[in-house]
Amino acid sequence: MLEETGPEWLSEEVKTGTTIIAIEFNGGVVLGSDSRVSAGSSVVNRVMNKLSPLHDKIYCALSGSAADAQTIAEMVNYQLDVHSLEIDEDPQVRSAATLVRNISYKYKEELSAHLIVAGWDRKDKGQVFATLNGLLTRQPFAVGGSGSSYVYGFVDAEYRKGMNKEECQQFVVNTLSLAMNRDGSSGGVAYIVSIDEHGTEEKVILGNDLPTFFDQ
Amino acid sequence: MALSNVFETPAAGFNFDNTSRNAALEGLFDGGQTPKPMKTGTTIAGVVFKDGVVLGADTRATSSEVVADKMCAKIHYIAPNIYCCGAGTAADTEKTTDILSSNLTIFSLNSGRNPRVIMAVSILQDMLYRYRGQIGANLILGGVDCTGNHLYTVGPYGSVNKVPYLSMGSGDLAALGILEDGFKHDMELEEAKELVRLAIHAGIMSDLGSGNNIDICVITRQGVDYIRPYQVSEYKDNRKTKYKYRPGTTPVLTEKVVRLKLEVVQESMQRMDTA
Repeated sequence: MLEETGPEWLSEEVKTGTTIIAIEFNGGVVLGSDSRVSAGSSVVNRVMNKLSPLHDKIYCALSGSAADAQTIAEMVNYQLDVHSLEIDEDPQVRSAATLVRNISYKYKEELSAHLIVAGWDRKDKGQVFATLNGLLTRQPFAVGGSGSSYVYGFVDAEYRKGMNKEECQQFVVNTLSLAMNRDGSSGGVAYIVSIDEHGTEEKVILGNDLPTFFDQ
Repeated sequence: MALSNVFETPAAGFNFDNTSRNAALEGLFDGGQTPKPMKTGTTIAGVVFKDGVVLGADTRATSSEVVADKMCAKIHYIAPNIYCCGAGTAADTEKTTDILSSNLTIFSLNSGRNPRVIMAVSILQDMLYRYRGQIGANLILGGVDCTGNHLYTVGPYGSVNKVPYLSMGSGDLAALGILEDGFKHDMELEEAKELVRLAIHAGIMSDLGSGNNIDICVITRQGVDYIRPYQVSEYKDNRKTKYKYRPGTTPVLTEKVVRLKLEVVQESMQRMDTA
């Protein structure tokens, strides 16, 4: 017999329930995310790319409510385009992060999304900013999403200053793999974006190519 | 009433006006049971193939546990090259797709171009996000435009997913199993139609809210093939459409006649002008 309200996921808000990470290295940044989008206990999209471009060399990682995060990213993309036309050069990562922070802070009560902004600009090279709940802070690396709780220990222990691009990419892949193994709301494939002064490189690592740890 | 007004862009920022309206509406019921909207309890699916997009849907509309409509049309017209399947609240999907369709028609007439699928998606996402999930429409949009073949899904809160195959509705998990197993990139037309048919069929078999016939809509550069129904349900009911019974079917046991005494109280005549 069909229930009056129908299946719960039809009315449940779609959350990204995620693992996202961004880390700065000498000369750029590396961003990583999983690809699972859930509505209640149902996976709505298993291949979603949560690394969204705000500008050529500035990306943001989405987590929390899918609709809110996508909308904030689109709005900031537009505002950043206008801003870069006005100043007639590529925008700073700090500007992008500030725009995201302004929306997150002003609509704090209504929104439930957390974006990590990371990119490269000529002035300060690679930068990572966290904008949780409307704060703005620059960090050497940032993790976010429901899966991040499981890997705080790992990132705190394994992070070293002065890693190069390949080491950073490996670090990000390892972190994502560990989180996806433990967090029910993270999974699928891993998307990696590396930004440095030469350009932006997007990579996908399929499920069976992810590193395995003590998996018994 | 200038029609070109329909397409004006709304004011910048988030619009939460409707939340107070909704709260006021809830208040009308004094904490009692608010009326629940009718859900279609559906299986809809879409697949991108080599030359275009195939959309499929079942045709059952339920109102709680009664089938309200056995031949309901869940694949809605948006533009000559874009069609949309709707799951969720029946009224919301109908109205939302109507509004979208008229907006895109105005745009086509204004600019002389065929609308692009991404445009339909952006308008839908914008509208559903502004209503913060109060519009219960889960839509699958598929179409072919100058940039290629596209399949998108938009959720009631305004989240968008672009994927090569997907299913929605209460029967979606059953259909998705078939799609996950059988999907390949660049399928031929007949393969794609068969895959969608199997997926909807799985939804019909495994879900109480889906059933009856299967509709298929094929969109390609050459045009649209809306096959309704593509597959008819094997469970046919055998109903006599005449319910006239011959005199004597019900036996008469006794008969008693009572004359009613009526008096003429007033008589009047009115001429009818037949010229």
